[in-house]
Amino acid sequence: MPTLNMVLNGKEVSVDVEPGDLLVHVLRDKLGQIGTKLSCGEGECGACTVLVDGLAMTSCIYPALKAQGRRVTTIEGLSEGRALHPIQQAFVDATAPQCGYCIPGMVMSAKALLDHNPHPSEEEIKEGLSGNICRCTGYYQIVEAVKLAAERMAGEGGTQ
Amino acid sequence: MWDDYLFPQSVDEALQMLDAHGGQARIIAGGTDLALQSQRGRVEAMVMVDITRIPGLDQIEEREGYVYIGAQATHARVATSPLVRARGRVLAEACASVGGPQIRNVGTLVGNVMNALPAADGAIALTALDAEAEVADHEGRRWIPLGQLYAGVGRSTVDSTRALVTRLRFPALTSNDSSAFERLAKRKALILPILNTGVTLRMDNGSVREARIAIGPVATTPFVAAEAAQSLVGRAPDARTIAEAARLASQAAQPRYSLLRGTAEYRKAMVEVLVRRALSRAAAQISGAEGEHANS
Repeated sequence: MPTLNMVLNGKEVSVDVEPGDLLVHVLRDKLGQIGTKLSCGEGECGACTVLVDGLAMTSCIYPALKAQGRRVTTIEGLSEGRALHPIQQAFVDATAPQCGYCIPGMVMSAKALLDHNPHPSEEEIKEGLSGNICRCTGYYQIVEAVKLAAERMAGEGGTQ
Repeated sequence: MWDDYLFPQSVDEALQMLDAHGGQARIIAGGTDLALQSQRGRVEAMVMVDITRIPGLDQIEEREGYVYIGAQATHARVATSPLVRARGRVLAEACASVGGPQIRNVGTLVGNVMNALPAADGAIALTALDAEAEVADHEGRRWIPLGQLYAGVGRSTVDSTRALVTRLRFPALTSNDSSAFERLAKRKALILPILNTGVTLRMDNGSVREARIAIGPVATTPFVAAEAAQSLVGRAPDARTIAEAARLASQAAQPRYSLLRGTAEYRKAMVEVLVRRALSRAAAQISGAEGEHANS
């Protein structure tokens, strides 16, 4: 069985995987990181979005071994203890979540967006989140949350 | 799902790995389609040969009048490449409309071609640019016109258990030329197109020297509206000329009735609209060539 070595949320991890394992299953089932959600399983809904070397991708169609030697960031990697990341706090303050299932993926897409573009326009926010589906909210508060996060992070002097 | 997952360090090593498994191994790049097809039991091969770590397959560069795009280039990289935006804008626009951000960060343009779907946005733009693909197998490497890579819906003439496409190239558009991509779909992201079209206009002193119009999915492979394109040659791309070309393109296209994409009549009518829009936008870039549209 091959061993996957990666830097997960800043820590080096090694885990035995099957050659056909997908990253979402390794994260959830083998590493207990269940913040990443599995929904459509087809790369269509974005619930399973994680960052690999800073780029957002859908972990449900991403062969785990592709992450060999890479830096993987999941929703668990954003907060420091119980102190929420500014994006997470903005989602809370803007009451962006309803059922909440899509939110880890939304937050990770927002993170990828703001890391590359700290001052996005509303159109750019919608484009940045266009790979994530929410079936509750109608997206309005989610877009507002990303705007709020961008404002606050600019106030702090940049992204984290 | 798979028995083994391999990372060759060279194209030759990749070919040797394919050879060693006698049809049971195949090439994978981004895997955004292949991982799904494998899960659904539609892929026979049980060994994946991942080419995304082979040095030298990631280039997007211009040399001797051609733009070269390596097999590792993702849709996101092609869409945001200043070179592609300047020398083959239709392709940048097409790649920006594939899937959503997460798919574009992983899926490759070469993969878009190898899947051989007639609706593939990247492949339609490449067809409009008259692109070729470099195929590597045990006999060596050779350039093949894109149209010859298609054996039918979802079937490439390149057997991924024996060979791979290492890069693509197309004749670079100059600052006199222009191109555009248009797409009709039910939403803006993560959906296959009802129709798409890519057009290129290569110009000579204000009149069209060479035009190409590619349309999908109106046939089993990316469709080239040759007569419509020919009608533009030698003329200035004004509104009347464009309208006539769009009509000819619509007449030539043979879209099928599709439960997902609409009736044949609707889609045939929309071909005219989309081709007219694409040609108009391309023509506007030319007339404003000294202005803000040039290579922006």
